[in-house]
Amino acid sequence: MELSGAEILIKCLQAEKVEYVFGYPGGAVLFIYDELFKQNKVKHVLVRHEQGATHAADGYSRSSRKVGVALVTSGPGVTNAVTGIATAYMDSIPMVIISGQVPTHAIGLDAFQECDAVGITRPCVKHNFLVKDVKDLAITMKKAFYLATTGRPGPVLVDIPKDVTVAKCKFEYPETISMRSYNPVIKGHPGQIKKAAQLLIEAKRPMIYAGGGVILSDAAPQLTKLVRMLGFPCTNTLMGLGGFPATDKHFVGMLGMHGTYEANMAMQHCDVLVAIGARFDDRVIGDPAHFGQVPRKIIHIDIDPSSISKRVKVDVPIVGHVPDVLDDLIKLIEAGKQRPEPKAISAWWAQIDLWKTKDCLRYDRKSKIIKPQFVLEKLYEITKGDAFITSDVGQHQMWAAQFYKFDKPRRWINSGGLGTMGFGLPAAMGAQMANPGATVACVTGEASFQMCIQELSTCKQYRLPIKVVNLNNRYMGMVRQWQQFFHGNRYSESYMDALPDFVKLAESYGHVGMRIEKPADVEPALKEAFKRTDELVFMDFMTDQTENVYPMVGGGKGLTEMILAEEL
Amino acid sequence: MRHIISILLENEAGALSRVSGLFSARGYNIESLTVAPTEDASLSRMTIVTSGSGDVIEQITKQLNKLVEVVKVVDLFEAPHIERELMLIKVRAGAKERDDMKRMSDIFRGRIIDVSEDTFTIELTGTGQKLDAFIEALGRTAILETARTGASGISRGQRVLRI
Ligand SMILES: Cc1cc2nc3c(=O)[nH]c(=O)nc-3n(C[C@H](O)[C@H](O)[C@H](O)COP(=O)(O)OP(=O)(O)OC[C@H]3O[C@@H](n4cnc5c(N)ncnc54)[C@H](O)[C@@H]3O)c2cc1C
Ligand SMILES: Cc1ncc(C[n+]2csc(CCOP(=O)(O)OP(=O)(O)O)c2C)c(N)n1
Ligand SMILES: [Mg+2]
Repeated sequence: MELSGAEILIKCLQAEKVEYVFGYPGGAVLFIYDELFKQNKVKHVLVRHEQGATHAADGYSRSSRKVGVALVTSGPGVTNAVTGIATAYMDSIPMVIISGQVPTHAIGLDAFQECDAVGITRPCVKHNFLVKDVKDLAITMKKAFYLATTGRPGPVLVDIPKDVTVAKCKFEYPETISMRSYNPVIKGHPGQIKKAAQLLIEAKRPMIYAGGGVILSDAAPQLTKLVRMLGFPCTNTLMGLGGFPATDKHFVGMLGMHGTYEANMAMQHCDVLVAIGARFDDRVIGDPAHFGQVPRKIIHIDIDPSSISKRVKVDVPIVGHVPDVLDDLIKLIEAGKQRPEPKAISAWWAQIDLWKTKDCLRYDRKSKIIKPQFVLEKLYEITKGDAFITSDVGQHQMWAAQFYKFDKPRRWINSGGLGTMGFGLPAAMGAQMANPGATVACVTGEASFQMCIQELSTCKQYRLPIKVVNLNNRYMGMVRQWQQFFHGNRYSESYMDALPDFVKLAESYGHVGMRIEKPADVEPALKEAFKRTDELVFMDFMTDQTENVYPMVGGGKGLTEMILAEEL
Repeated sequence: MRHIISILLENEAGALSRVSGLFSARGYNIESLTVAPTEDASLSRMTIVTSGSGDVIEQITKQLNKLVEVVKVVDLFEAPHIERELMLIKVRAGAKERDDMKRMSDIFRGRIIDVSEDTFTIELTGTGQKLDAFIEALGRTAILETARTGASGISRGQRVLRI
């Protein structure tokens, strides 16, 4: 029997066990929507803006290790989706985006709602396809899911012209697929792993620096085992939080631009550094020349060879899938008799403990104005550290990263690489969809939240009981902070004037709104909000407008050139 | 330093723009780029002449390998290799220049492949340097038009680039 392209597409999604498609209809995808209508295995979530669809699919994926799927129409549908696609690309999130396209015979003629989707997304996808013949549709979908999830994950776009959704052919979904031009390496090179093991054993001032690759590859158990076995300090990047338990004594906090003093000092002064699924980002090591001033041996485990020796030359590159490489490394160390020298390691810890006494995350606990850090500490307590926390971009994001102690992977969901304001709420929708019944909170700022505020309507439609923690400082706080530090206090266009009444706004969408103005009300408000397990609650915390994120490494500065909070 | 990178890639629509897009997006130099199908019709071979420090060239090869449609990448500069470029050049060849032109073409082992009343079209192959030298030798005023293919290259001896 022959099926239409639209039917085939739905069958492919079913074969891939896709639970949810986040999307928005339009002319080019009408036949696809028609087929969605006729079945109930693949559920469609109607967002309010295509950016929301891509972020929701993204949050769904990050919180569940499944592929996020979005469906958008041609032209403005796909251009609206680009921000979300680029966000997923920068953080290596496995997604499949299906976009409608004008009919094949109209391509290139400036047809209504025509846009070169493949061209416009090329620099921000792992790969993309234009399906010109219905006979190629099933195999292309198979390739899309395969590419999205294997190797270094990433978003894959499949652009489908309208006539292809109508044309018919026999449907056959391939069980497996292989592509001669695409063969990601899984196993690390044994010789390199041996060299790494030797370096680790001989290390006197070791440091383990683990990033998003640990989360993406579900390697938290292996990482935790390695760190505890060796007794070494461990730091996580913003993307790696939860990859190692934050409450473990070996954890020295996040590193980088807003990392802890101890993590940055240890990173700079270690003699053996193991980078695991992390890419030496400019917000992580600062100026590479400054970082290179201290001699150290670097081991780098990454599935993408182009991440290795990109910004920092490494001594022992290991290309492979983190869990496999760490399993081999652990086995090798366990099998041998040598262990790191306890004296050296405890002297190193003594140094780190000394750095810790800087108490770099301190803030004024007696303040009469709500301190954002205080809200996050309470959020951590009240959710018992067990919530899925999404965030937007800005100061609130950094405070969430610093003050919420993530013990489990995939609980911290934020846009690190692209830094996309507007990510938080739709990502929370995806996380809530993937984890029904779980506590999901979105930590946001009044500026970021307004970038995808329309999704409050989606939350109502699908009864998503997300808790929104708005740290309302009436400023684009992160911008204001840079202006204070580096632009002579000239707060050019960073004040958020004419803010809506968020309480009424939440209510108008049918949600619960709360405004919290005094420190004493923070805890009761949070408790009250989290008791309402079947409602979305928007908490508008009026926080200190002048608070800054510390420590801070200025752009282009050395990692240890940190601006610290003033003495209190 | 100058490098010649040879790439085997799937002979598919869009593959070329992925490669050229990569170079422009990441700010890598392209001195020349040539591409054509190989004896295996499913594959194209591309030759890119680029320049950069060792680190940059390493990133270029890694980034190229990362493109899903790229099957194989070699930097020909890693081993002895041969480089050739083809140039078609149209020169003034009126009655008074004709003999000189013919002689110049012979010296450079060019072939005159088209003749008109006052022009010659000469075909010349060689390294880029040789073609430059020919242009230099003729002098700007003699030249009406040039069309160069950009370099193509292959390793010497047993080394082959195939799948
Ligand atoms: C306002 C703001 C401030 C920021 N401040 C900081 C900061 O202070 N500190 C900080 O750390 N970040 C900060 N960031 C984030 C920063 O921009 C980067 O996004 C982040 O540091 C990158 O994290 P990562 O190195 O873990 O790499 P990711 O982007 O998570 O990349 C993952 C790496 O793992 C590899 N990988 C993927 N899968 C596998 C696998 N299966 N096996 C092996 N390897 C794999 C990938 O190839 C890649 O190299 C900030 C962002 C914003 C918006
Ligand atoms: C889409 C987008 N535009 C601009 C920026 C630049 N930017 C980074 S943080 C920030 C301010 C965020 O303000 P808010 O959401 O109120 O958070 P706060 O820093 O005050 O906590 C801006 C404008 C961005 N990251 N994303
Ligand atoms: Mg703000």
